Amino acid sequence: MDKKEYGELVKQATPKTKEGKTLLLAFAIGGIICMAGQGVSDALTALIPSFDEKTISALTGVVMIFIGSLLTGLGVYDKLGYYAGAGSVLPITGFANSIVSPAIEYNKEGIVFGLMAKMFSIAGPVIVSGVSASVAIGIVYYIIGLFA
Amino acid sequence: MKKGRQTYVLDKKVYIAHTASIAGVDEGKGRLRDFFDYVIDESEFGCKSHEKAEIKLRKHAIESLLKSAEVSAADVDAIIGGDLLNQLVPSGFSAREFDVPFCGLYSACATFGQSLATGAILLSGGAERVICCTSSHFATAERQYRFPLELGTQPPPTAQWTVTGVGCAMLTSARPKFKCPKITSFTLGKVIDMGLDDPNNMGAAMAPAAHDTITAHLKERGVGADYYDLIVTGDLGKLGRELLCTMLEQECGAIKDRVNDCGCMIFKDRQKCGLGGSGAGCSSLVFCSYLYKTMMSGGLKRILFVPTGAMLSKDSSLQGESIPAIAHAVAIEI
Amino acid sequence: MEIFLTYLKVFLVGGAVCATGQLLINKTRMTSARVLVTFLLAGALLEAVGLFGYIEEFGKAGITIPITGFGKSLAAGAIEGAKKGLYDACIGGLASVAAGLTAAIAFGFVIALISKSKPKST
Repeated sequence: MDKKEYGELVKQATPKTKEGKTLLLAFAIGGIICMAGQGVSDALTALIPSFDEKTISALTGVVMIFIGSLLTGLGVYDKLGYYAGAGSVLPITGFANSIVSPAIEYNKEGIVFGLMAKMFSIAGPVIVSGVSASVAIGIVYYIIGLFA
Repeated sequence: MKKGRQTYVLDKKVYIAHTASIAGVDEGKGRLRDFFDYVIDESEFGCKSHEKAEIKLRKHAIESLLKSAEVSAADVDAIIGGDLLNQLVPSGFSAREFDVPFCGLYSACATFGQSLATGAILLSGGAERVICCTSSHFATAERQYRFPLELGTQPPPTAQWTVTGVGCAMLTSARPKFKCPKITSFTLGKVIDMGLDDPNNMGAAMAPAAHDTITAHLKERGVGADYYDLIVTGDLGKLGRELLCTMLEQECGAIKDRVNDCGCMIFKDRQKCGLGGSGAGCSSLVFCSYLYKTMMSGGLKRILFVPTGAMLSKDSSLQGESIPAIAHAVAIEI
Repeated sequence: MEIFLTYLKVFLVGGAVCATGQLLINKTRMTSARVLVTFLLAGALLEAVGLFGYIEEFGKAGITIPITGFGKSLAAGAIEGAKKGLYDACIGGLASVAAGLTAAIAFGFVIALISKSKPKST
C-alpha cells in the first residue's frame, strides 16, 4: 500500500466532526457570552452615565476579561471550552483564557521565567498581528489623508 | 539468534517474573481497574508538579516491584526504560533513587517494546535481573505536546487521551519457582512514515508501522497469525486498530477478533477519552496489569505484544514534517 | 420589548461570529490562536474599510465582545490618530486598546499567581 492509497483509506475511516452539534454549541454559548457582554455594557451605562460610549466599551472589555481570567483560574473555562469550541475561544473572555492558562501552567517554573515569560505564548500572535495591522492601517490612512 | 532482517529468536530463556503497575485517577475508573496494583487518587500524587509526580510514580512502581520480587536493588543488573518527556526526565530522575545501572531508551509510545527487547538482549549477554519500566502522565504530555491544561480547547474527533500510569516488569534469566510468561522472540521495528501530518490523529499515523512490524515478525519467525491468541498493539486507538485490521486482512484473512489495542482496552466507552488511550505508559500499564495477570491465570497462552509510537515533537509538526512511526513486536508465551 | 429585540440581535450576531469560527476549526483544524488572529484581523479590516460600524449598529456586543471588537478598536484608534499625524497614526491603535491589554496582563498576572492548575479528567 503506498502513501496515496493509505491516505485515502485514512480519509474514509476517520470519524467526522459532529458538524451540527459543534456549530450549534458554538453559536449558543458564543451568543450567550455576547449577551452577557451587552448586559455588562448596559449596566455600566446605567451606573456611570457620565462616561462616554468609548470608555464604556473599553470598561466592558475590562470586566469581560476579568470574568474570563477568573473562570480560567477557577478551572471552569477549559470545561466550557470542551463543549463550546469557538464559542468560548472567540469572545474576549477566550482571549483572557489564552493569557491566563499558560501563566498558570508555567507558574511552576518560577514567576519570571515561568509565569511572566510564558504568559503570551498563545496570545502573543494576537497582539503582534493586531498591533502591526493597526500601524499599517494608521499609516495608510495618514497617507490617504495627505492627498485628501 | 537472528532470523531474517529484523527478528531475533532467543536461545536463552527470558522470564517475566514479576510486574508492578500504578494507574492514574481516570485509568482507575476504566475497564481494567481491578487489575492495577495501585491507583493514585490525585494527579499530582502529593507533589508540586506533574513532572515530579511522574518521577514519584516510577519510583514507587520500581520499589513495589522489588518488594514483590523479594530482591534488593543490589541484585538488579539494570533499570531500562523511558517516557515521553524531553531528556527522559522522569526516567533519569527516578533512576537516581536506586543504586542500579540505568539505560534510558526512547521509541515514543513504543518504548516498552524496545525496553523488553533490550532487556532480553542484556539477559542473553549474561545479566540476571533487569527491570523494564516506562511511564507517561496526561498532564506532562499535554504540556509538552499540546496546550496548557486550563486552555479551553475542543479536542478533534481523532484525539486520544494520554494515559497516566507506570508499568514495570522484571526480567530474569533464572527460572522462577512458579510458571510465568517468557519472551521468546522479538522484532525490531522500522520507522515508517506514510506522510500523515495531523498530530491529532496519531492512531492512523502509527497503524502502518504496526502492520509492517507484525507482518515482518510473522514472516521471519515463520508462523501464521493464528499462532498467537492475541496480537495486542500499544496505543493505536479505535481508528488505528481498524486501519491495522484492514491492512492485516490482506495478508492474514479475517483477524479482527484476535487483534486488540491497549488504548482501546483501558478506558470505558463513556469516558471522554477520544478514540482511546495513548502514551508510553499505556502499553506498559496494560501489559503489566491485565495482560500479564491474564497470562498467569491461563487466559492467554501466546501473545504478540506490539507497542506503537509516533516519533513527532511539537516543533517537528510546526516545521511541516509528517509523522514517522515505529512499532516493536515482542512475542510472549507461557 | 425593544430591549428583548436588542439582546436577540446580540445573541444572533455573536452566535453567528462564533459559529463561523467553529466552521473554520472544523474544516481546517485551526488551533485557537490561529482563529483568534484571523478574526482579529477580520475585525480590523472591516473597520478599516468602514463596514464594522454597520454591523455594530445592528449587533452591538455581538460583534464587539468577540475578538473582532478588539481588532476594530485597534484599527479605529489608528484611523483616529492618522488625523493628527504620523506619530499618532502609529501609536493610536495600541493606545485605544490600552485598557483591555492592561486588564488582561494585570488580572492574568494576579490570577495566575494565586491559582493552581486543576487536574483534567476524562
